[in-house]
Amino acid sequence: MEEKKQNNRIMEVKDITLRFGGVTAIEGVSFDILEGEVRAIIGPNGAGKSSMLNVINGFYHPQQGEVWFNGQKRGAMKPYQIAYQGIARTFQNIALFKGMSTLDNIMTGRFTHMKSGMISQVFWKGKAEKEEYENREAVEKVIDFLEIQTIRKTEVGKLPYGLQKRVELGRALAAEPKLLLLDEPMAGMNVEEKEDMSRFILDVNEEFGTTVALIEHDMGVVMDIADRVVVMDYGKNIGDGTPKEIVSNQKVVDAYLGVSHD
Amino acid sequence: MFFLDPFFYEILISGLLAGVMYALVALGFVLIFKASGIFNFAQGVLALFAALTLVGFQTGQIPFAHLLSLFGLHATHWGAGFPTIVALLFSLGVMVLLAWLIVQIVLKPLVNQEGIILFMATIGLAYVLEGVGDLMWGANVKELNIGLPEGPSEIILDATDMFIDKLEISAAIVAIVLVVSLTLFSQYTKMGRALRAVADDHQAALSVGISLETIWWIVWSVSGLVALVAGVMWGAKSGVQFSLSLIALKALPVLMLGGFTSIPGAIVGGLIIGVGEKLFEFYIGPLIGGATENWFAYMLALLFLLFRPQGLFGEKIIERV
Amino acid sequence: MFYREAGDFKTSYQSDQATFTLRLDKILFWGLMAIATFIVPFFVTEYWEKSVFLPFFIYSIAALGLNILTGYCGQVSLGTGGFMAVGAYASFKLMTGIPNLDMFLVIMIAGLVTALVGVLFGLPSLRIKGFYLAVATLASQFFLVWLFNKWEWSYNYSPTGQINAPTRDFLGIDVTGPSTAPWATYLFCLGLLFIFAWITRNLVRGHIGRSWMAIRDMDIAAEIIGVNPLIAKLSAFAVSSFFIGVAGALYFSVWLGAAEPTEAFAIDKSFDVLFMIIIGGLGSILGSMIGAAFIILLPIFFKNVLVGYCGIPTDIAEFTQIIFIGALIIFFLIKEPHGIVAYWRTLKEKLRLWPFPY
Repeated sequence: MEEKKQNNRIMEVKDITLRFGGVTAIEGVSFDILEGEVRAIIGPNGAGKSSMLNVINGFYHPQQGEVWFNGQKRGAMKPYQIAYQGIARTFQNIALFKGMSTLDNIMTGRFTHMKSGMISQVFWKGKAEKEEYENREAVEKVIDFLEIQTIRKTEVGKLPYGLQKRVELGRALAAEPKLLLLDEPMAGMNVEEKEDMSRFILDVNEEFGTTVALIEHDMGVVMDIADRVVVMDYGKNIGDGTPKEIVSNQKVVDAYLGVSHD
Repeated sequence: MFFLDPFFYEILISGLLAGVMYALVALGFVLIFKASGIFNFAQGVLALFAALTLVGFQTGQIPFAHLLSLFGLHATHWGAGFPTIVALLFSLGVMVLLAWLIVQIVLKPLVNQEGIILFMATIGLAYVLEGVGDLMWGANVKELNIGLPEGPSEIILDATDMFIDKLEISAAIVAIVLVVSLTLFSQYTKMGRALRAVADDHQAALSVGISLETIWWIVWSVSGLVALVAGVMWGAKSGVQFSLSLIALKALPVLMLGGFTSIPGAIVGGLIIGVGEKLFEFYIGPLIGGATENWFAYMLALLFLLFRPQGLFGEKIIERV
Repeated sequence: MFYREAGDFKTSYQSDQATFTLRLDKILFWGLMAIATFIVPFFVTEYWEKSVFLPFFIYSIAALGLNILTGYCGQVSLGTGGFMAVGAYASFKLMTGIPNLDMFLVIMIAGLVTALVGVLFGLPSLRIKGFYLAVATLASQFFLVWLFNKWEWSYNYSPTGQINAPTRDFLGIDVTGPSTAPWATYLFCLGLLFIFAWITRNLVRGHIGRSWMAIRDMDIAAEIIGVNPLIAKLSAFAVSSFFIGVAGALYFSVWLGAAEPTEAFAIDKSFDVLFMIIIGGLGSILGSMIGAAFIILLPIFFKNVLVGYCGIPTDIAEFTQIIFIGALIIFFLIKEPHGIVAYWRTLKEKLRLWPFPY
């Protein structure tokens, strides 16, 4: 834990404000993510957590504030450009490519690593073919890691929920991201599935050194796997620190126990 | 200057009148789309079918006479036919029955499918209806006359020197009456509110005891009524024949312009396109070979959509991630 | 018993991702191709050439093209007829403008021209989706047909407004014009279909094809893994239009020999090709061909059986056919959105397990 604190800031959001028409979803939120840590964002429903992830990977453009990635201030970028910078994510409601197999879904995750041109693709000679098999190897590693070999050729629409979540994680991992954003990776799972998923997240963090930022509701899980936690409520940052500090923070406890805001 | 040109006003008015007719067809689309999320490509064929049925009842045709002749029945008419008003009522009855069949056979099995699948299903439906219409009533061009006034309006001719067809004026009046009553219906009646509830959220509507099937049946019947009116107006103008079904293709750009969910949008969109294509054909058409009406509306709608994808009055689409 | 992968181990990713993973499939396919290439040409008559084989090959190419856009990339287009017209008129201008140009090159350049036009009309796909886009593509249908009616240069100022294909050759063998041998056009179009099916296969198994499918299945998720929707959609429009342009060029120059835009490239061509891919199978190469065969053979079947055999008048047979096709579309959308090819897959699966039920 101590050595991680020495690490660089991989991501920093400064004073982000995001409005939809008259509704303010995020108001002046700042926090940072250190390289190699597991950072959790928690908060009640509608606190602006998912909106924050959407700002980080470029779906929403905040009216105010700055996003810094790898020590550089980021200009207005499209989500696909941000993918090339090395940020991958999963969604709260699974966003897999339903008509494609597990293998193809995860192969699609390798998109940023594949560069062969249209001509090479058309004739399936040279770069296109070589690149395909090289990337297939990388994908097979992810498949092994997540223990989903048996569903390799199954259409993902036909898989049970828990496995779909795992495939979606696989798709994000295949990109070999520097920063992995997980939006409620354990929502709707039973205890065993949660344990599996927690183990995968920790393994990713430790084995590949991937920085992870996740949104999660289950405080038990957050206490177990997160290095540091940001707490959001009503679009504001109301607490930031280690899990231990957070549980003893009065504001956070109030937000979770539903003390009225007056 | 163009506004001093006497033709300008004549074109403007005939464009507006044509626009009302486009709006009328577009209205049928909007009704169905609002209540069921279905983009009904068969609306034009529905109008053709309605007009064919009306003529059939009016002239006393035996349905499927052509087919029956294969079995030795060679009569084509059973008598002189019904008076117009009775024929109209019977045709409406047929449209209501048809609506029920469409809901039961096509729509019910496709509940909760994506919009584009339903759209393609209505293309299939258009083919079926076209075939059935032809088989039932024959494919020859038929004259339709329900006693609306025709010929240039003398009053307007005397007063302003402009040729405006009385038929177009009466069509416009009928269309306006229909539009107003439908708007009132959907805003102020219990059924209208139920329709809008279903449009907003199928599941929620079901949970408060609104039957989806019944609602769909009613909507398709109402749009069958709109199709009947549109079919009668267009049929009276240029005869009942296959090309009548192509008016649907005229209404599509109106919808893109006006937004698929907006009744005022359909009306304003219809007027813009009616006027726009007439003026374009008159002033620009001769320079590029004429007959621009086939595509002008589409190009206009396309350019418009590039800047405002939800149409004039459509609700803004906010995409949630 | 015999149709299964037992003992047929995959030792490399190449063999795992091959087109035919089962040895028997491979043998069947190449056997069929050998018959089609070396035996059929000796027997093909003008009737079979003009009413069965050429329409089948040419519409298969068009259906492959539309399937790339609609089945793989999820963008429904109703502009196929208009794009076929671009291919046809481009090939006409090339044939008359550069008489020595080999027919293969004519076809390819016509495809390229259509691809450019396709990209132009594909631009709205960046802003609008679903049936909005489908309706927007009708603009290309109406505008292009109008253009080739009015733009005299496009039909070389011919007083009738019709275009006629002069005699041109492929490697010295005449494939267009009035004096072509059935076997020559048959092989020319078969070869092109083979090439384009192979190209489709290559595209959809690589990352470009996956980017199309990603856009089709979930465009937002596609974007976060690095797919630029602009490039994915426009490349699908380009490739699809290329195919359809090639089909249009062949349709006019090799099959019909003469064309006039309002009839030959009317909107029902767009619907025909759309129906082929719905009935055959969206997002399937085999499905495109099955669908094309189906829509081509159906009228012939109705004509021969209902009119020829049962003696039903032509118009009734025609109406029945329209109803039948429409009903079939609805049927497939309800019962089997993956088309005939899904039945084929089920059959293969059953055969693989035979004689056990599962």
